[in-house]
Amino acid sequence: MNYSEKVMDHFVNPRNVGEILDADGIGEVGNPKCGDIMKIYLKIDKNIITDVKFKTFGCGAAVATSSMATELIKNKSIEEALKITNRAVLEALDGLPPVKVHCSVLAEQAIKAAIWDYYTRKNINPEIIMGKFDNTSCSCEDNNNSCSCESNLI
Amino acid sequence: MENIKKKLIYMDNAATTAVDSRVLEAMLPFFTENYGNASSIYSLGRISKKYIEEARKIVANKLNSLPEEIFFTSGGTESDNWAIKSIAFDKLKSGKNHIITSKIEHHAVLNTMKFLEKHGFKVTYLDVDENGFINLDNLHKKITDKTALVSIMYANNEIGTIQDIPEIGKICHENNVIFHTDAVQAVGHINIDVKKENIDLLSLSAHKFNGPKGVGALYVNKNLKINSFLEGGSQEFNKRAGTENTAGIVGLAKALELSLENLGENNQKLISKQKYFIENLLKIERSRLNGDYEKRLPGNINICFEGIEGESLLLLLDQAGICASSGSACTSGSLDPSHVLLAIGLPHEIAHGSLRLTLSKFNTYEEIDYALQEINKAVTRLRNMSPLWEKIIKEELK
Ligand SMILES: Cc1ncc(COP(=O)(O)O)c(C=O)c1O
Repeated sequence: MNYSEKVMDHFVNPRNVGEILDADGIGEVGNPKCGDIMKIYLKIDKNIITDVKFKTFGCGAAVATSSMATELIKNKSIEEALKITNRAVLEALDGLPPVKVHCSVLAEQAIKAAIWDYYTRKNINPEIIMGKFDNTSCSCEDNNNSCSCESNLI
Repeated sequence: MENIKKKLIYMDNAATTAVDSRVLEAMLPFFTENYGNASSIYSLGRISKKYIEEARKIVANKLNSLPEEIFFTSGGTESDNWAIKSIAFDKLKSGKNHIITSKIEHHAVLNTMKFLEKHGFKVTYLDVDENGFINLDNLHKKITDKTALVSIMYANNEIGTIQDIPEIGKICHENNVIFHTDAVQAVGHINIDVKKENIDLLSLSAHKFNGPKGVGALYVNKNLKINSFLEGGSQEFNKRAGTENTAGIVGLAKALELSLENLGENNQKLISKQKYFIENLLKIERSRLNGDYEKRLPGNINICFEGIEGESLLLLLDQAGICASSGSACTSGSLDPSHVLLAIGLPHEIAHGSLRLTLSKFNTYEEIDYALQEINKAVTRLRNMSPLWEKIIKEELK
């Protein structure tokens, strides 16, 4: 597996690992069967993400994309955070091996799921702001939807 | 600990091994001095021929077979392909179109079976139990008058389980079925006697026992008719064309000789290290050993840690200079974790957290202690950041 230096850096020294006990929004995506779960915790003050933490079960790319995603949304407004795409996460990491691109999709979805949860807690219908969002769409049955990779047990 | 931290700790000997320096020494003259083509008439060619035939005798002797029953190939994959396809297509002529194998074979066998299925063959993939053994009664039941071949691996490359090969061979012979075994992981690590163990065809590969890569052999019982696989020149008794890899063949024989020297004593020591390693790894909470504790390859350790994913564990171990492998989806080449771990009944989420360590006689207790320390650190670290682990712990408290 050829990871970029940035990916390795974020894997070996992940930023913002942990939990926020009094989080304002929590998003969890992925599933253990596929081998990756991402959970993002947000602290939001006056529409600004003042703190963010994550916990991830998954491969090196899953950890690195979670870490990068949290960096990209920290101190940003909710609107800015909602604009973060998986491309942005990918580019910030100097790319991922093709089979790992889905990890960046998971990271984007984890952010959205956490914001969705924030709106829901505030009794705001998230669908009006975010449109339809299905955070259960990550399943390993769908070929491009998991952090799978190369190489073989020989 | 600091000093060994800087050097590489190789614990992936099931993937491949280092070439023994004595093997390299034996091979070197065949590159620049004795480079003659073994088919040539002059003395330079005859030297190559002589050494190839010497090598064949050594290999034959170590397996308790005859020199004319040993064919050199380019490795385990070719030997498996050749054995299975040749027998299958030959037996088809007499109406036999059924083959039996297991669900835990190496892809060199499994994908060969898939190929044959595309060509109209029927293949039965035998289930294995929780330790990776096929059921002998089940094997017996699955044999029909259409069954041409049974191919069951000698020892599994992931979980190290060693099958009851003599019994499998006996059942095959009682039912007039040919028996092939992929012994790539076993040869050079345990003593094998093809005659006593009722084996008709056996695949082996030099790089798994401190020989060079890209050279292997197929043993074929002399009473069996095997068709050539590669068409061309008359090398290897007209059965496997292509100018011989003299250096490789000499290296294979030397490596086999060396690895079987003091095998009993070496294995005793290796098994002590393996058990020490396993017992200490199992002290990590929510870990489990995959494969049988006793009937397993001497250096093999395969263990699952709940709540973490194998690739990230390997990356952390690599940071600590330790080479190992895993059967997680992220290392299996597909979306599913290893077919072997699934076949022994592990749920996906547990199979994702597997670690395979395969020791050689060169690994020291000091290295094992260092690896134990680093594995403990890495598992703790990954669990601390794993939402899955969090769930497991919460369930436990309920
Ligand atoms: C059980 C088994 N069969 C076949 C092979 C293929 O052997 P080779 O790499 O020599 O082609 C391997 C290892 O790679 C193996 O472990």
